[in-house]
Amino acid sequence: MLGYLLRRMISLGLSLLVASALIFSVVELVPGDPASFMLGTGAQPETLAALRSQMGLDQPLPLRYARWLAAILQGDFGQSFTYKTPIAGMIAERMTVSLPLAVMALLLAAVIAFPVGLFAAARRGRIGDAAVMGGTQLGIALPNFWFAMLLVLLFSVRLRLLPAGGFPGWGQPVAALTALLLPAVALALPQAAILARVLRSALIETQGQDYIRTARAKGLSAAQTLRRHALRNAMVPVLTIMGMQFSFLLAGAIIIENVFYLPGLGRLIFQAISQRDLIVVQSAVLVLVAAVIAVTFLVDLAYAAVDPRLRRR
Amino acid sequence: MIETRDLAVTIGASRLLDHVDLRLAQGRITGLVGESGSGKSMTALAIMGLLPPHARVSGQVLLDGLNLLALPERAMCAVRGRRIGMIFQEPMTALNPLMRIGDQVAEVLRIHHRMDRQAALARARERLDRVGLAEPRFPLTLYPHELSGGQRQRVAIALAIAERPELLIADEPTTALDVTTQAQILTLLRGLVRDEEMGLLLITHDLAVVAGLADDVAVMRSGEIVEAGPTEALFRRRGHPYTRQLFAASRHVPARIAAGPGPGLDSRPPLLRIEDAARVFRLPGGRSLRAVDGVSLTIAHGESVGLVGESGCGKSTLTRAILGLDPLQAGSIRLNGMQVSAGNRMPHALRAQMQVVFQDPFGSFDPRWRVARLLCEPFHLTGRPPDWRARLDAALSEVGLSPEDAGKYIHEFSGGQRQRLAIARALIIRPALIVLDEAVSALDVRVRAQVLDLLVRLRRDHGLAYLFISHDLSVVRGIADRVLVMERGRIVEDGPAAQVIDAPQAEATRRLVAAMPRIPEGWIGPEQGEAASG
Amino acid sequence: MRAGMILGAGLAGLALLAAALSLVWTPHDITQMAIAQRLQPPSAVHPFGTDQFGRDILSMAMLGARVSIAVALVAVGIGMGAGVPLGLIAAAHRGGWIDELVMRGNDLVFAFPSLVIAILITAVFGPSAINAIIAIGIFNIPVFARVTRGGALPIWTLDYVRAAEVAGKGRALISLQHILPNIANLLIVQGTIQFSLGILAEAGLSYVGLGAQPPTPSWGRMLAEAQTLVTLAPHVAIIPGLCIVLTVLGLNLLGDGLRDALDPRLKTLR
Repeated sequence: MLGYLLRRMISLGLSLLVASALIFSVVELVPGDPASFMLGTGAQPETLAALRSQMGLDQPLPLRYARWLAAILQGDFGQSFTYKTPIAGMIAERMTVSLPLAVMALLLAAVIAFPVGLFAAARRGRIGDAAVMGGTQLGIALPNFWFAMLLVLLFSVRLRLLPAGGFPGWGQPVAALTALLLPAVALALPQAAILARVLRSALIETQGQDYIRTARAKGLSAAQTLRRHALRNAMVPVLTIMGMQFSFLLAGAIIIENVFYLPGLGRLIFQAISQRDLIVVQSAVLVLVAAVIAVTFLVDLAYAAVDPRLRRR
Repeated sequence: MIETRDLAVTIGASRLLDHVDLRLAQGRITGLVGESGSGKSMTALAIMGLLPPHARVSGQVLLDGLNLLALPERAMCAVRGRRIGMIFQEPMTALNPLMRIGDQVAEVLRIHHRMDRQAALARARERLDRVGLAEPRFPLTLYPHELSGGQRQRVAIALAIAERPELLIADEPTTALDVTTQAQILTLLRGLVRDEEMGLLLITHDLAVVAGLADDVAVMRSGEIVEAGPTEALFRRRGHPYTRQLFAASRHVPARIAAGPGPGLDSRPPLLRIEDAARVFRLPGGRSLRAVDGVSLTIAHGESVGLVGESGCGKSTLTRAILGLDPLQAGSIRLNGMQVSAGNRMPHALRAQMQVVFQDPFGSFDPRWRVARLLCEPFHLTGRPPDWRARLDAALSEVGLSPEDAGKYIHEFSGGQRQRLAIARALIIRPALIVLDEAVSALDVRVRAQVLDLLVRLRRDHGLAYLFISHDLSVVRGIADRVLVMERGRIVEDGPAAQVIDAPQAEATRRLVAAMPRIPEGWIGPEQGEAASG
Repeated sequence: MRAGMILGAGLAGLALLAAALSLVWTPHDITQMAIAQRLQPPSAVHPFGTDQFGRDILSMAMLGARVSIAVALVAVGIGMGAGVPLGLIAAAHRGGWIDELVMRGNDLVFAFPSLVIAILITAVFGPSAINAIIAIGIFNIPVFARVTRGGALPIWTLDYVRAAEVAGKGRALISLQHILPNIANLLIVQGTIQFSLGILAEAGLSYVGLGAQPPTPSWGRMLAEAQTLVTLAPHVAIIPGLCIVLTVLGLNLLGDGLRDALDPRLKTLR
């Protein structure tokens, strides 16, 4: 177990390192550096050079990367060109919207997908299964932002039940949760459809295994067998998909925030792109990617918790 | 007492079982024998009420007069595991990989009685002790992957007998195991039947297993029982022609032939010479495993050599090295005086002197290629000769297939035919040595007898040398001039086949010979040597 | 299942047909604005109505199909072109360092959802449809590499591969002659799935302005423009959305049908 954990952690560290290097060097490709951007086109060459050396831009690339990384590890992402405020604070503030949204969506997707997948697997090949699976096909085909527009049209415009957008802040917890409800549903439903299908097929696959026959020969009913033996064995592929979904949800949240005018990471990124505030884009992307890598790590730990065969290796 | 009366099962339009009448009394062992597809397993599943959902069943399965076929599913759940237990063929996959063995046995007790976990685990402990998995080596907290195949089969038995059922159904319980493990499991089953007053329905394809164990036998063919009765009487009488065929085929020894000048008389240097071969695997934690540990052996031109040993003894690893698929860490393998090496460093001309036939008739051929292309694949070594078409037709004819078969795909052939095709593929470039890796192990007895005869004939016609790898001594005896016995990476015995089997010297050989199931000599009677037919 | 596949092929075929037809003909010229006819509901002249500039939505949708399909198709091509060889190489060297390198590289790319890649590219080069293609294409590479390796690994354990090795064939030849044909089904099915995911991703990217740029019509951009009008003229938002849903649904149904038709072993999956 310890060896497994150690190897996963080393792998986690390496992935973060390589990912950060990639992001750093991509932004380095941009023509023109931050100093000239900050000073505008009419700047004096001397002022520019001074600012460059002040910002450390005249130093070689690897060194700048190392400095950048070291600063980030201390929580210093630098300053936004446009707002002149520390980026770390901006991102942290925006994450209080994006992260709860993604987590809410993931939970919602799981809450919907598990009963649906179990139901379909238990009624495999029957009319209930076919109906539910047809529904999930439709769910997968839904673009979440369009679905979000339809939800707004129905629940906000026609029925006037839920807000069409905006975010009141966590000072008002109930209103904040209400504001996140429609976005979370819009994000969750297509993912729930995928998860339900994966769960169903994983369950059907495990139900064909020899140990399921052994369980039936013990005297377990079909339903007991499904719950006690098939479900846990089906969790490995389901966990994989859930891990990947978290990254889709984070990315999806960026888009959905646009529909609901939510002040999340996504809005920040798009504002920064339009203002060419590259250092904000760079930082936000790094945080997103780090979150995805961290979730992959957690999924690996979950595998080991589910499967004793992994712990020994 | 469990009895089936006029049991029949149909799926769609095909009738899988018909008129099956069995009487399974407590304290008695009934053997159900037949070839694959004869309906043995279907019978077991029908008794258990675990047939596939689209199967239609008729007749009666009576448990003390109660017809189980008429029982609702809920009531049937209370019968399964409590009054009838069952174990299956494949112990490696029969247990839930994510659940501790103690919990898997305890689960049976807990679903049939409202027993708390501790009490159930205590009972599970006692049952695991009974099947030979005692503390402290086998704590309840072990997971299946920490056990060997034989040990897993013991866990499966422990959970099948946890509730002391009246009947235990064992469906090919030892087919996936080594002979020595098989002997231990069969002894365990015999002891359980005696001690627990349990009935046992033993399903097997192996007549010798039944002969050593069962009180009664039923012989099954295409869904019907063709003959049934007390074991000894039935074996002596062999009233039905099908029983006679099975009997003859399972004892079949191909006619002896002299290929080449005979062992030791050939003046040429040996065809294959292995010296001090070693294959070492590095294991996690810095340890290493010497799977092949200083093996030396020779095979003469035209000689047939058997290589026998339990699974894990290193014979497969050695085979891969001989075929030039894996490198050695020490020692050398020479074929016709030239060094065998792994991968593309080995010259094609050398590879062309050696071909192979594998065990699995289903995995041996690319399903997307036609037979002509499949059989011609070895020409990659020699270049396709101008007369390849004629060579292909000749190879097909030689193994008893027709030249028209060249245009077919592999799924159009039966298991036995596929093994013939595998032999034809090995033959087409006229190698000097053919490695037969468990080449007849997956075949039914009658087909096996035919393939063995074919191998003997081809050897005579072409002066081939064979290296015949098998876990089954009785098969090796029929085809090998000389037998090598392997244990823990070493050759522990080397001698003429009859001598090794009749007067084994090494401890490992003695264990193998003792564990070999046999039909008692006295039962065989006048029909000995009868050729396989059909 | 048969019916699903026919329906799927029909829907996907319709989208392809519309895209192909738009190359030579659309019902109206969308470069001509007609403010007088803005936001008209569906009628005989404009079957899907008109948008805020009075352009014919049916014509826009046909042109949008072209962009969506082209982007998704090229992205699948990139994914297959790079991913399949990588997967084959990894499987051929299973357990070795090449395999490890390919798989770790895969994991790394998986950490960059196509949206994130698109954001990075846009930040550097500015937005365009090419961005969308590259972003979706890059994300497709590990998908195909993984499917290829996963499909190839069990085949490498089979005896017919052993027989080919005994016949002196090297890893590359075996990968081409035995492995690739036997996982072709798998790749075709995955290709359909990635095609449909690509259409969804392209729509998302165009919607947030990281994909096709004005004046190129695309389904995602039509939706972005419709967002403020959704209460006034719902059809402006509903038509492009339905185009996406039906095309993606069609491709998924087709993929499922192909999976069942091509490989009975995979019948239980998904």
